[in-house]
Amino acid sequence: MEKFRRGLFYKNSIQEPIEKIGKSTIGIISSFGEVVVFSLEAMKWWFRPPHRFSEVVKHLEFVGNRSISIICLTGLFTGLVFAFQAWIGLKIVNAENLVGPTSALGIFRELGPVLTGLIISARAGGAMAARLGTMRVTEQIDALEVMGVNPKNYLIAPRILASVIATPLLTAVFDFMAMLGTYILCIHVVGLDEAIFWNKTQFWLDPKDINEGLIKAAVFGLFFSSICTFKGYHTKGGAAGVGEATNRGVVSSMVSIIVVDYFITKIVRMVVKWM
Amino acid sequence: MDVEPKYAIRVSDLRKSFDGKEYVLNGMNLNILKGKITTIIGFSGTGKSVLLKHFLGLIKPTSGAVEVLGTKMSDLEEDAIINFRRKFGVLFQNAALFDDMSVIDNVLFPLREHRKDMKPRLMRSEAETRLRLVGLDPKHFKKLPSELSGGMRKRVGLARAIALDPEILLYDEPTTGLDPIITEMVDNLILETHKHRPGLTSVIVTHDLYAAFRIGDYVAMLNEGKVLLYGTPQDFLNSEVDLVKRFVQKGVHKN
Repeated sequence: MEKFRRGLFYKNSIQEPIEKIGKSTIGIISSFGEVVVFSLEAMKWWFRPPHRFSEVVKHLEFVGNRSISIICLTGLFTGLVFAFQAWIGLKIVNAENLVGPTSALGIFRELGPVLTGLIISARAGGAMAARLGTMRVTEQIDALEVMGVNPKNYLIAPRILASVIATPLLTAVFDFMAMLGTYILCIHVVGLDEAIFWNKTQFWLDPKDINEGLIKAAVFGLFFSSICTFKGYHTKGGAAGVGEATNRGVVSSMVSIIVVDYFITKIVRMVVKWM
Repeated sequence: MDVEPKYAIRVSDLRKSFDGKEYVLNGMNLNILKGKITTIIGFSGTGKSVLLKHFLGLIKPTSGAVEVLGTKMSDLEEDAIINFRRKFGVLFQNAALFDDMSVIDNVLFPLREHRKDMKPRLMRSEAETRLRLVGLDPKHFKKLPSELSGGMRKRVGLARAIALDPEILLYDEPTTGLDPIITEMVDNLILETHKHRPGLTSVIVTHDLYAAFRIGDYVAMLNEGKVLLYGTPQDFLNSEVDLVKRFVQKGVHKN
């Protein structure tokens, strides 16, 4: 009896949590694998006919053009607040002149690509998942298939390509607006010397920093579009299924952007140095 | 000398299980004659829609085979299946129109995809002819599907299904959710479409027994993943099989 109790205690307190962790880890890895296979299957259509230029342009307009205003607004205020915080910190050690380069490095390397990735995955990624989910539950994807049109060629490949192109472009817009915010704060709010601001920023900022951010942004574009299209494409059930797919798509892509940022930064820095 | 196959679709010992335990289709055998209208009836959950998806190669069988126009579906690679599906036209339960395209663009879509040899003006006139054929007024051509009634959406869905002159036309519950008058209109539309296209094979999955007997040259009744009875409507009315008798009586009584 005692042995049995001990066995039960061991199972409940030690084995079960380990099992749960193991199961969820396997689940995450297999889901990641499914997304990779799905996006590779779609991306092969970038190089095979029929090419969908008009669809790519349509999605570029949706992902890129219609996101510009929100990117400008968030970029400007990110630059303002980041520079303000940097100024408070650097003033303590009498290094206010380094506010420009500190802000620039943070924006070009990290804040620009990461925040743009997060904003676009919420706006465009969510819309992609919802659109594809609705098409799935209303049999529009089945209709494409029975008409002899490959849905991955027609629906998925153009969306992923448009996201990979649009995200770095939007990041460049974000970077510009954030630097404008930094400039406004440094010169017109706290009254730093304009010549020193530009001189120090140019001295510390390397074009490789800008390239690093833009390459990362393209990878984030690939990530969020692959995850959101995957979730939308595999929607099950009715309206509730569409809502769930959209929610999961947005949350998964946002979390993955933040998690993979570290690893991508390491890889991209190696690539940029090599370049 | 090649003899043209007599059957449009041949199903041999088809079994399908989604979870490895229960079989939705359990050793089904069915031969669908070319150029005829075959209706498939049965209680809910007997595998009618799953069978239809097997015809289209949207689902792979657990075992057994589906042969369409002499081609075994399981022998085709994914890309080949997608091309092969051009031989089919499908009218979905809710028409499955592309909701971001106008009525005319929905019908133009398959033509733009597969008839690149056609000039745009000719394509447009072809699409308009199909829409007129199914009785849609030209004033609706530029509307979005969301602006149409259920009956009109079915008409557009049918116009799109026949756009590429398919050899087999599949209807998945074409009258579900429609009122009796529209139901009769859709049934007549199916008959008219079939009549005007010699050699066309029509397969209709339906719950509507009255329609199944009225428009079907042959009727197949499914039960527990198998074909319980296959024959002409008269064979069904004369059947002594208890389940068929009950099913027919309910249907006749209801209608």
